[in-house]
Amino acid sequence: MTKPAGSSFKGWLYGSGVAVLCVWVLLPIGLIGLGAFGGRPAVYQWPKTLMPASLSLDQLAVFLKIDGVWNAALNSVLAASMTMVMALLLGAPAGYALARFSFRGATMFRLMILLTRAFPLAILALPLTVLFIRAGLYDTAFGVSLVHTALALPFAAMITASLFAGIPRELEEAAWVFGCTRWQAFVKVVLPLALPGMAAAAIFAFVISWNEVFAASVLTVQQRTLTAYLLTVLSESPLHYRFAGGFILIVPSVVFIFAVRRYLFALWGVTSR
Amino acid sequence: MAAITIEGVSKRFGAAMALEQLDLTVADGEFVALLGPSGCGKTTLLRIIAGLETRSSGRVLIGDRDVSDLPPAQRGLAMVFQNYAVFPHLTVFENVAFGLRMQKRDEATIDRQVKRAADLLQIGPYLDRYPAKLSGGQRQRVAVARALAVEPAVLLMDEPLSNLDALLRLEMRAELKSVLKEAGTTTLYVTHDQTEAMGLADRIAVMHKGVIEQIDEPTRIYSKPSSLFVGGFVGSPPMNFLNLVASGGSLACDGFSMPLTHQGPVLLGFRGEDVALVEASRGVGFEVKVIEPMGSHLLLTGVVNGERIRVVAPPQADIARGMTIGLQLDAARVVVMDTQTGKAL
Ligand SMILES: Nc1ncnc2c1ncn2[C@@H]1O[C@H](COP(=O)(O)OP(=O)(O)OP(=O)(O)O)[C@@H](O)[C@H]1O
Ligand SMILES: [Mg+2]
Repeated sequence: MTKPAGSSFKGWLYGSGVAVLCVWVLLPIGLIGLGAFGGRPAVYQWPKTLMPASLSLDQLAVFLKIDGVWNAALNSVLAASMTMVMALLLGAPAGYALARFSFRGATMFRLMILLTRAFPLAILALPLTVLFIRAGLYDTAFGVSLVHTALALPFAAMITASLFAGIPRELEEAAWVFGCTRWQAFVKVVLPLALPGMAAAAIFAFVISWNEVFAASVLTVQQRTLTAYLLTVLSESPLHYRFAGGFILIVPSVVFIFAVRRYLFALWGVTSR
Repeated sequence: MAAITIEGVSKRFGAAMALEQLDLTVADGEFVALLGPSGCGKTTLLRIIAGLETRSSGRVLIGDRDVSDLPPAQRGLAMVFQNYAVFPHLTVFENVAFGLRMQKRDEATIDRQVKRAADLLQIGPYLDRYPAKLSGGQRQRVAVARALAVEPAVLLMDEPLSNLDALLRLEMRAELKSVLKEAGTTTLYVTHDQTEAMGLADRIAVMHKGVIEQIDEPTRIYSKPSSLFVGGFVGSPPMNFLNLVASGGSLACDGFSMPLTHQGPVLLGFRGEDVALVEASRGVGFEVKVIEPMGSHLLLTGVVNGERIRVVAPPQADIARGMTIGLQLDAARVVVMDTQTGKAL
């Protein structure tokens, strides 16, 4: 890191900003971990310690034995997987178009993609429920994944757009000259180069679906996803079981996002080395 | 068989004209070098021939096939890109083999042709490497090898040797010439290097602002430029021009005269090495300002009637700064241009 000379105040501001953000993110995760592994005493203990007095996997084990947890987890994985596939299949072509073609309204299109995220899901909840019941999609993982795809699509399109834009057009052109059709050039040249980033976009879509709770709660009754299921079940459970549930929900997201952070930075135009 | 014919091709980028009603024919097996200042449209022309850029008007023919609206893959040509465009996810071998694999050649053929192209460009030792681990010059040679490996009937090259050191460039130039001649490849070759164009090309096309100013054999481009621009662009030092006025059926100045039907102001162009240095009284008075010893000759910069002129003198010539000497022109080795239009008369 380069430290600007003679502006220690700026440095201090920067440093404390980073510290606040870290605490903001890490403290809840730390507390949840504490509760998940420390059991009841760790949850109610005050002042908090960095490590619980006794570590145990009991509450995690008990939690995993709750009726329906495994079924809910399976639903979550199903919905997230379908979301991942659909978001990428629909988002990547949009991203490619944004990256490669200049068409009228491209900037507007880009903006609209992001604006879909500003639309509150709560307003859609009732009409969607009615529609889903009529279409036979209500209370299915597929139905949930449709909504989640809508949520993940903007990100899939934006991430893949920045990926494709980073692949020089000349590489594709060279492939065309040497005998490839557009599709062949995409498969032989663009795709291999974009693959790591595409995987990141896919994982990001997976995490969005995995974490989503509102739509999943509204659109399911029996076939709940893990988040929706835990929300109902754990509201009546002792606090340390809730922590265990929360911990199990958080871990995959954190691990995945950590694995793909490089590509997410690229999305926001920050280069990380 | 595989001549390139370009008929009235124009290209507009927004309001800017990159190519203007351009006509060009490269005969089957011919090697034509495209020479011109940066931004004159050389790359654009190549890209239109390859089908990578849409044209605003005109036609492109390869052989007698109108390829104007065919996708690049169906035009049956190979191209070396100005910025190489070597595939980063493929080894050097696979890069060079790319076109052959697309043509579904058998392994033995692929192996043989890749090795041949690699040997020619001296990249044999790097066949297993990825392009990221190559120098710029090595990458450029991979791009050339990739184009040669398919043994194309038509080859477009955009400054293919620009990034090589002088010695290697000289060597590659000779190799390219013999290989392409032997295979009878129709070649359009963009370069900034005039000696390269002179040495390689059957004909040179000099481009300026989206039009071809002159297309001719290298020696004629050099000694008989058809316009002020070509004379001033080709050669180092460039052609000298004197402002004169023609009258009474002849053009004359000190110690020189030639018949000329044109009346009025003209430019008399001559090469620095085409003048004889004589006593001041017997030729055009030339006041020497700068003397640059170049080894094989002296380069003299001076003024004639207030205009800057460069001439070449033998290395041992007894010339000092500030001297005035005479330049004797040879009527067979001058060109006369119209002052207004800048075109040869
Ligand atoms: N995609 C484009 N959009 C707008 N203008 C362009 C585009 N491509 C090229 N131009 C313009 O067209 C003109 C010709 O460009 P071109 O790349 O053909 O030049 P060039 O002769 O190859 O130059 P150089 O020797 O520097 O490579 C230039 O003025 C350039 O600015
Ligand atoms: Mg160019």
